[in-house]
Amino acid sequence: MSNTDKKEQASTHKIGIYLWIWGLLFVLSFFSYMVDWYQFQGMLRWSLILFFMFLKAGLIMAFFMHLFWERYALVNVLLWPMTAIACFIFLMVAEFKYTLFTRLFYFFVGG
Amino acid sequence: MSEPKIEGIELKPGFKGMAEDTGSDQTMFKGVHWGKAMMWIFLLSDTFIFSCFLIAYMKGRGSTPVEWPNPSEVFALDAFGVPVPLLLIAIMTFVLITSSGTMALAVKYGYEKNRKMCGWLVLATAIGGLTFVGMQAFEWSKLIHEGVRPWENPFGAAQFGSFFFMITGFHGTHVSIGVIFLFIYAYKVFAGHYDQQKRGWFTSMKGDYVEIEILGLYWHFVDLVWVFIFAFFYLW
Repeated sequence: MSNTDKKEQASTHKIGIYLWIWGLLFVLSFFSYMVDWYQFQGMLRWSLILFFMFLKAGLIMAFFMHLFWERYALVNVLLWPMTAIACFIFLMVAEFKYTLFTRLFYFFVGG
Repeated sequence: MSEPKIEGIELKPGFKGMAEDTGSDQTMFKGVHWGKAMMWIFLLSDTFIFSCFLIAYMKGRGSTPVEWPNPSEVFALDAFGVPVPLLLIAIMTFVLITSSGTMALAVKYGYEKNRKMCGWLVLATAIGGLTFVGMQAFEWSKLIHEGVRPWENPFGAAQFGSFFFMITGFHGTHVSIGVIFLFIYAYKVFAGHYDQQKRGWFTSMKGDYVEIEILGLYWHFVDLVWVFIFAFFYLW
């Protein structure tokens, strides 16, 4: 049993995959910095920021944190709760719009 | 790490495997060390804490009728007399990604039982983290000198300071704790605690290089949170 354990642990991933992901993270970070450097505005800015952010987060989780190679039992336990966060964001967007409306209406328009 | 083998059980891939793992009347995370599973559960709860901070920031920023300070001006740094937007933040991002990469390689070399290489890489990660904390301390003191407080700031909406100090401070605390543990684990790797299966001081479990992977998960998570803070707080 301990013999097979040792064999199992020796089979790691090739170094190339880590170096590739590392390089990609640098390039993506550079691109997201360029979004600010060139002062893109509006929808282009938000979509580029979100695109690079999710790509970086996905690469870190999938390869650096090994989720790509884990069994689905673990992956699903970790990723499904994120839908709760998405719901919370959705609710709070509605909430901040309402708060902003009431502030503008009562403080500036005068009710 | 990948494709665990357990005697007497055939492990199926995909969702069918998930259903059988979950209903196997046994340990659910097959081939996953308990310490690693617990670290993942902790990171999941930490994800919720950071999400709450960032969602609170979104709500605060979205609901104020006062102009929000422009982050690329607030966080600009003078390089040779020219203000460069977000210069320090960009360097901090690159330092943190570098340390994340060295940590990923440390995990790999740890599993290959390459003690020296693993130790140097963990040490390099610790030094990267320390550099990050140092730059964050510089950033904080610069902003405090410019008059940014949790209740007011000279740039715009008063809520800016409280969100800035809370979110970056909580992240910086995570980095600092990580740096302390990285130095301890670098010592433990060099001293050969994992080759000798020496029992730890935190738990009495036998030392194993899986501990480097567990530490690595925490460190990558810190990097992951910074990706979101960088996008939402500094770029947005």
